[in-house]
Amino acid sequence: MQFILEIERRRSAADKPYTLTAVYEGDGSATVALALTELNADSSRRDINGAPFEPIRWECSCLQKKCGACAMVISGRPMLACDAKLEAVAKRGKITVAPLKKFPPVADLIVDREPVFKALAEARLWLENSGSVPAENTDIAFEASRCLQCGCCLEVCPNFWAGGDFFGMSAAVPMTRLLAAADSAERGELSAQYRKHVYNGCGKSLACRNICPAGIDADRLLANSNAAALWKRRFGSGKK
Amino acid sequence: MINIIGAGLAGLSAALELAERGIPCRLVSVQRSERAQSVLAEGGINAALDTMNEHDSPEEHFADTMRGGCFLADPNAVAGLTYGAPGVLRRLQALGVPFGLNEKGILLRNFGGQKKKRTAYAKSSTGKILMSALIDEVRKYESRGLVNRAPHHELIRLIIREGRCQGAYVRDCYTGLCAEFPGEVILACGGLNGLFPSRTTGTTQNTADAAAELFSRGVHFGNLEMIQYHPTTVGIPGKRLLITEAARGEGGRLWIKRKGSPWYFMEEKYPELGNLMPRDVVAREMFFVRRREDTEGEVMLDMTALPDEVWKTRLSDLRENIASQLGIDLRREPAAVREGIHYFMGGIDTDEKHRTNIPGLFAAGECCCLYHGANRLGGNSMLGAIYGGHTAAVTAAESYVPAGSEEIRFSPPDEEIIEARPEFNEALAEILSEGLGIVRSEKELDGAIRKARALEAKCPREKNRLALGLAMLMSAKERRESRGAHYREDFPDTDESLRRQTVTVSENGEPKIGFRPIPERRGQDAVHS
Repeated sequence: MQFILEIERRRSAADKPYTLTAVYEGDGSATVALALTELNADSSRRDINGAPFEPIRWECSCLQKKCGACAMVISGRPMLACDAKLEAVAKRGKITVAPLKKFPPVADLIVDREPVFKALAEARLWLENSGSVPAENTDIAFEASRCLQCGCCLEVCPNFWAGGDFFGMSAAVPMTRLLAAADSAERGELSAQYRKHVYNGCGKSLACRNICPAGIDADRLLANSNAAALWKRRFGSGKK
Repeated sequence: MINIIGAGLAGLSAALELAERGIPCRLVSVQRSERAQSVLAEGGINAALDTMNEHDSPEEHFADTMRGGCFLADPNAVAGLTYGAPGVLRRLQALGVPFGLNEKGILLRNFGGQKKKRTAYAKSSTGKILMSALIDEVRKYESRGLVNRAPHHELIRLIIREGRCQGAYVRDCYTGLCAEFPGEVILACGGLNGLFPSRTTGTTQNTADAAAELFSRGVHFGNLEMIQYHPTTVGIPGKRLLITEAARGEGGRLWIKRKGSPWYFMEEKYPELGNLMPRDVVAREMFFVRRREDTEGEVMLDMTALPDEVWKTRLSDLRENIASQLGIDLRREPAAVREGIHYFMGGIDTDEKHRTNIPGLFAAGECCCLYHGANRLGGNSMLGAIYGGHTAAVTAAESYVPAGSEEIRFSPPDEEIIEARPEFNEALAEILSEGLGIVRSEKELDGAIRKARALEAKCPREKNRLALGLAMLMSAKERRESRGAHYREDFPDTDESLRRQTVTVSENGEPKIGFRPIPERRGQDAVHS
């Protein structure tokens, strides 16, 4: 099958973006990640007008939805390139590919997601004391350990911007694991961070629902963390 | 400051150990820890915690690891690993890792090559779950200035002066600018997947560029011929997808159609461990049964008889993952599987304290050759990475001398950096695959070596990568026996005189292969528990 890829590119952060239109011939079950790889691997690559172009810069690592490296906006939706089957994301044979917009651009499809990690540091996401996850919290702590820090949920969140006080689901998820494991002395500090950087800023738009490439159940984690951090109830009492 | 290259399990573990000792480090990685290959590890991590009423012990873990590795690993290193394992697990638990639990502690599952339940797990996402806890813990020390991340930086070359590693020359992948990071170096840069693009279960980040550079700089490598093919992988765009060994640990069975009905070849041939023989054995048997004239089709992994409870509590993530990747519901139908490259037992040659042949340079994790001999047991890789990273850091700390203030200045590269070319990598991968399959022979290896030499003549710029590839082929040629993952059709028996580790050294760019005896095991009292 033939797919037309409209790829938003820029040489560097200082340069203006432009669009590369390239044709990819391949199976519909191929992914955007594979299309980018194969376009780059072709040393005689040409755009739709026959002009040669430089390899497209993008980040990837695992190619199986487990590392979050290849998050980008594909046909208008933030998702992982390795999870975007061409036939599923093409609209009349055309696929638009753009970098995430909430983070500083680096080059082509690469953005600098350091604001995500700065937020985790500012929210003091770690255990000061030795912790342990009690058996009844194992499931929720497991779920809360799965965040890829890819940024897809932040891209759609109306309340998140890089440098703001609201850190979004990518901070709320790991915080839930820490709340599940922390001793009572430490839970107070974590709860305060949770209130400040998650609860207070969340506009309950639910935009992050069903966007997580890892399929993390945001509602369930928030319900549990709210119960534990805000209402001082135990985990599980906010079970959905 | 000590430089750690790689931010997966081994790198994080090393960083933690240094930080707890108050020694500052730089954690250098091409991408953030969340993108490291360690997050892909699935089935679990081994430790003889003896929580399953089977009277397990670190000594039995030691014996299984040595036997699984066909006695090519350093027994003193392995004893350190298996006796240290329970402590590693307790530490991880205290960091808030949500292991499955029972009334005696951490729940353990069966894994290949081991008769007792010894593998702790978090469903089949153990690597990701461990990484999340370690990343959080390392963040604590980042806030104290003890761990300093360089999160989009790659190693270009080592700085070796007066025979000693004195730093790393790195490039910022975002700006293209380079800088010298002074200090000792701990390599934790992962396995050699990049030599086999799209043919492994690993990540694209493990390009093998660092290893090729190190080899050319005189770093010794060992057991390069030992490549683990995992029995249960499936091809997806751009890679092999792993189906965890836990699938068989929890009761999954392998069969192939013979005379119209399923033949459970592993169970028939190996009644004791059946589908849970070590990976090298299972992979080879799969290869052979597929080649028989009386069988048809692919080897199937059949989990349809597993109870609902197992799916729900221990493998729910595996089912979801396979359903979304392959469109197969493993509860209802078997999956066609093939052997795929999964792990490199060989790598940078170190002593049991993780020292390389170059003073000031250490290695840990999959990039180093130490614990797994000729075949790694499932569940020992994450253990080897965490314990190894810790041990490398302990050793590096012993000789650490704080430097004065370090001024890091980034500037354009001081010489041309040879960028990887996909078409060259593919050409080399084809040659390597020809020589380094599950079943090997002198004829095929000679053919592959000839082709590699011809490629070398055509692509002089890629000489480092070619030299490392050649070193693998030549190691496989020189080991004229069959042992573990290395099976030679022309030498099908194990030759006890070759119970020695291959050592590969680059002399003027040309790989030289030698063999080194395996050390004797010291007395029990010397084992650090």
